[in-house]
Amino acid sequence: MASTTAHSAGAADRAGNARLGGTLYRGDPGMWSWVAHRITGVLVFFFLFVHVLDTALVRVSPNAYDVVIETYKHPVMVLFELGLVGAVLYHALNGIRVMLVDFWSKGTKYQKPMLWTILAIWLVVMIPGSYYLLVKGFADLFGGS
Amino acid sequence: MSVTDAPFSVDKPRSPQRPAARRSNFELYSWLFMRLSGLLLVFLVLGHLLIMLFLDDGVQRINFAFVAGRWASPFWQFWDLTMLWLAGLHGGNGLRTVINDYARKDQTRFWLKMLLYVSMIVTIAVGTFVLFTFDPNIGN
Repeated sequence: MASTTAHSAGAADRAGNARLGGTLYRGDPGMWSWVAHRITGVLVFFFLFVHVLDTALVRVSPNAYDVVIETYKHPVMVLFELGLVGAVLYHALNGIRVMLVDFWSKGTKYQKPMLWTILAIWLVVMIPGSYYLLVKGFADLFGGS
Repeated sequence: MSVTDAPFSVDKPRSPQRPAARRSNFELYSWLFMRLSGLLLVFLVLGHLLIMLFLDDGVQRINFAFVAGRWASPFWQFWDLTMLWLAGLHGGNGLRTVINDYARKDQTRFWLKMLLYVSMIVTIAVGTFVLFTFDPNIGN
C-alpha cells in the first residue's frame, strides 16, 4: 500500500507541477534556491574555518602570517575569490529573501518574483565584479608587477 | 484526516500526558538567531569582502603591517570580533542542521556534531584570543 502511494506520488511528480497547479514543492525553483543556500552555506563555513586559522598566524609571527597570506596572492586565486564572493553574495541575498518570506505578510506570495530579483541583483554585482578581478588576475599573471 | 486522535478538551494541568509543555524552545531560538545574525552578517561580511578583495589593491596589499594598522582601531577590532562570533555560531548552527538532516545513523550524527562543536569552539576561541592579545610589535 505504502509503495503504491509512493509510486503514484512519484509519477504525479514526474508529470510536472503545472497539472497540479504548482502545489508541489519538489523540483520547484523554491527547492533549488534552498539547495543552493545549503551548498553555499557549507562552502563558506569551511572557508571561515581556514580563514580564522590563517589570520591567527598574526599571533605567531609577522613572517608566518605573510608567508601563508602569500598563497592568496597568486593570480589564479582570483578564481577562488570569485567563488567565495559568489557564494557569500547568493547566501546573503537568498537569506534576505528567506527573512521576507518568514516575516513579511506577502512574502510567500512573492517568493518566486523575489527569487528572480535576487538572481538579477547577483548577476548585476557579479558581472562587473568578475570582470574587475579577472582583469587584475590576468594583469598579475602575464604583465608581472 | 485523522482528527479522531485529537482530544476535544484540553488536558487538566499536571496530567501525565502533556509532553509539549516540557519541550525546550531551543530550536525556536536557533531559528530566530539564524535570521537576526544573518541580517547583521549581510553587512559585516559583504563589507569585509568589499574592503579586503576590491578596494585599493585588494588581497595584494594584505600583510602583517596591514592587519596591525587595522586593529589599531577599536572600530575594526569590534567589527571583526562581532563578525567572528556571529559567523562562527551562524555557520556552526547551519552545519548542525545539515548534519541532523543527512546523517543516517545516530552514531554518525553524534560524532559529526562532536567534530563540529570542537571545531567551532577552537575557531571562536582562537580568533577571540588573537583579537584580544594582538601585539603589533611581536616581531621586534
